[in-house]
Amino acid sequence: MKLKCACLFACMALGTILPAAVQAQDTIKVGVLHSLSGTMAISETTLKDTILMMIDEQNKKGGLLGKKLEAVVVDPASDWPLFAEKARELLEKDKVAVVFGCWTSVSRKSVLPVFEKNNGLLFYPVQYEGEESSKNVIYTGAAPNQQAIPAVDYLMNEVGVKRWVLEGTDYVYPRTTNRILEAYLKQKGVATADISINYTPFGHADWQTRVAAIKRFGSAGKKTAVVSTINGDANVPFYKELGNQKISAEDIPVVAFSVGEEELSGLDTKPLVGHLAAWNYFESISSPANAAFIKQWKTFIKKGDRTTNDPMEAHFIGFNLWVKAVEKAKSTDVEKVLAALPGLETPNLTGGIARMLPNHHITKPVYIGEVRADGQFDVVWKTNGTVPGDAWSDYLPVSQDTEADWVKLKCGNYNTKTKVCSGQNYK
Amino acid sequence: MTVVPSGGRQLLWLLLAACLVARPASGQGPDDEFRNLLAELRDASFADKELIADRLIATGHMGARPVLTALLEDRLFIRQQDQHVFIVKSIGETLTSYELIDPVSLEETGAATPDELAKIGTNNRLRRFLRTTIARFALASPDAEVRLDAVKELLRSLDAPAIELLRQRKGSETDSRVTYEIETALALASLDDGDSAARVSAIQTLADRLSPEVRNRLAALLEKADDGSFAEKDEAVRAAAADAIEGIDTARSIYTGIETLFFGLSLGSVLVLAAIGLAITFGVMGVINMAHGELMMLGAYTTYVVQTMMPRHIDASVLVAVPAAFVVAGIAGVLIERTIIRFLYGRPLETLLATFGVSLVLQQLVRSVFSANNRSVVTPGWMSGTLQINDALAITYNRLYIVFFTVIVFGILLAVLKRTRLGLDIRAVSQNRAMARAMGIRSEWVDAMTFGLGAGIAGVAGVALSQLTNVGPNLGQSYIIDSFMVVVFGGVGNLWGTFIGGISLGIINKLLEPYAGAVLGKIFVLVALILFIQRRPRGLFPQTGRAAEAA
Repeated sequence: MKLKCACLFACMALGTILPAAVQAQDTIKVGVLHSLSGTMAISETTLKDTILMMIDEQNKKGGLLGKKLEAVVVDPASDWPLFAEKARELLEKDKVAVVFGCWTSVSRKSVLPVFEKNNGLLFYPVQYEGEESSKNVIYTGAAPNQQAIPAVDYLMNEVGVKRWVLEGTDYVYPRTTNRILEAYLKQKGVATADISINYTPFGHADWQTRVAAIKRFGSAGKKTAVVSTINGDANVPFYKELGNQKISAEDIPVVAFSVGEEELSGLDTKPLVGHLAAWNYFESISSPANAAFIKQWKTFIKKGDRTTNDPMEAHFIGFNLWVKAVEKAKSTDVEKVLAALPGLETPNLTGGIARMLPNHHITKPVYIGEVRADGQFDVVWKTNGTVPGDAWSDYLPVSQDTEADWVKLKCGNYNTKTKVCSGQNYK
Repeated sequence: MTVVPSGGRQLLWLLLAACLVARPASGQGPDDEFRNLLAELRDASFADKELIADRLIATGHMGARPVLTALLEDRLFIRQQDQHVFIVKSIGETLTSYELIDPVSLEETGAATPDELAKIGTNNRLRRFLRTTIARFALASPDAEVRLDAVKELLRSLDAPAIELLRQRKGSETDSRVTYEIETALALASLDDGDSAARVSAIQTLADRLSPEVRNRLAALLEKADDGSFAEKDEAVRAAAADAIEGIDTARSIYTGIETLFFGLSLGSVLVLAAIGLAITFGVMGVINMAHGELMMLGAYTTYVVQTMMPRHIDASVLVAVPAAFVVAGIAGVLIERTIIRFLYGRPLETLLATFGVSLVLQQLVRSVFSANNRSVVTPGWMSGTLQINDALAITYNRLYIVFFTVIVFGILLAVLKRTRLGLDIRAVSQNRAMARAMGIRSEWVDAMTFGLGAGIAGVAGVALSQLTNVGPNLGQSYIIDSFMVVVFGGVGNLWGTFIGGISLGIINKLLEPYAGAVLGKIFVLVALILFIQRRPRGLFPQTGRAAEAA
């Protein structure tokens, strides 16, 4: 409650300060919908800067279709209803050609009807729970089969994990991901008694009981791992408590889906060393494209100690895909761009190719990294080539017959058994 | 955890056992071979490093153990200029120069800056392997603690050569704790003995051991195979094992209960610490201070600043931060009182809104000064780790210290209120402002000081919180609701009420959590609290007498 009020106030203040889209002739407007205040500011501010950097670079190359790109930055202040309001403002008032934005799934769900009603175009850069494919959204982050499932495969096959703790924050992303993982594990023959699922509130700080319970669960003589969908601020006290109760990564490794370089830069990494993270990009991966990107980022942000991370790469890919689509369509019209997008390819930062799929997801490589003492990751495992994103999980009974295809079927929610398209209805 | 013969490595360990007794003298050994092996570490993958480690031991070189220990502790480096491998004596972020040790001769060979060196990395698997390997060396260590850790390490992956090593060690072991653990290991090994009397006696030895390894191994005896036959054929042995497990389970559940109580106590003391400053500003002065959480945040940031100013003395930094945070938050409190709150006395709603505004200003202030990202506050060495009471019960030091810290802060605060002139003034003004003024007390000054005291205590709480949670702009928000809850539950205006209220809320929360989960547990507590307030609107310890009428 208090949080919401705080955001509202901050927004009203910011709304008056930020120049409401300076009008200029012959520019293409690019909307940036990332929280610059409130709880999510930590993560989302970086993404805003990434897009500004990409726009800056594109303009240096002479713009797009002979026009300059112009960023329209708004601040939804980590307030979910405000996301919808700001999205409407971008689409209806500023008439932006494309929007790059959102981080949490609840913010994406909040803007979804706005984008569908106004026929806008949103590039969403964060790993998410899947079970969605909108005509108006391009998902450049990982679907569960591009992050969670490979991570579990790694633990099961390479580390020999037999007992699983699925530990998450209590909201839509962890709950859906864990439902998929539970179904997947059971399919792989893991007994119900060997899976423990637990949820804690946002910002949970007192982990004593949970960590003691994990310790007990893990002392049954079988190799145990924790699959963590714990979000944001709750991670630091969680890892601290693990360290204090002397649970090392060698005994019970924790693989996290929401802990990246940016998050690690704000903490004492000692208790985290050896724990795992699954992403599609790590700053430490050496490739010419990555080196160039890191250099460009550090120059742009004017700070040598800033890190790069996975969602930034997703925005890098998303922006380049959009530019290519606009060039191919010779127009920024959403319908034409959407028609041009599927099948387009652009290099990712780790030496592979990201291809746009008909289901509005992209192909991504999956990497598992171990946390190093300096807050970077050592890649210990990766998939062979890239994995195509799957909008609807094959492991959930409710979605295994569902398919998304915006090229042939023109549908994001098509049931292959009943041959019915449920339209934009996802739940 | 069964006893498995480890094939090829067995010979190796026998060699190792031999070399523990008689090590080759320096210089005669194959120094060059050793050096070449070390050079291979440079480009090796993690799996290759494991093989190299095996071969390093096989050389029997006296440098093997220090090298592997250094590798495990991240102290093995390659010098960039000549690609030679060196052991670094000690590493630390604050050191500008590392002292180098030659891995072959084990003599000091000068120093280098961290930039000139590249660390040889390890991963989980390699670390686990190294730890077990080094444990076998460490059995001969003169330090009993090191031997104890080594035996415990070996217990987790018991194989034939390890058992042989332990059996040899048992004869010469002098420390009773180490002997106890060795007996555990040997008893575990005897469970595979052909003689059932030996198995029963091993079970009797194990009956008072609480470690999960023992419990799992005993439980494995009772397991039924697919064809209905037991893993353990002898019924007498099975009965003994079942008895032993029952005993172990009873003992473990008692310790789990104690652990839960301690968790409750520690959560309770954090709540008390967060609420106690509020108990003064809200309880004694009647000011609803929504910026209380942000004053804690200031205290936490003070800890961060103190740590960046004294990076070489992290252990002492937290102690320095306590008074510093008190002063910083106290001054901020006095400023807030003098510039805003004093114009709003008697108008609680306006105070609420104004202090809420202040809290936003303070949050944005730290965002501008320190950035929106969380800051990293290092936990000093003496606050990390656990106090291992036995195999089933361990208490983390940071929580233990915070319990003590809360008691001390509470004691000091009580003493200030009861025994000092300021305390007397505060009590006088809060009981009857007009009368106090008539007696010559400068009530305005007392108001400022009271608010400053409450704010200062909030700052001190922030230092404690910096050891438990994120230091970021949102730190205060997560504790403000809990703080108000504790003060209202305990009884407004009563410090003891806050103390008892906080501790009991903590314990109730932790007792509920294993059954209801963290989310539901919190809801239960809130609902129960609301019902309680319906029955007793003035909290656990309502103020009585004239003070209550004045309030």
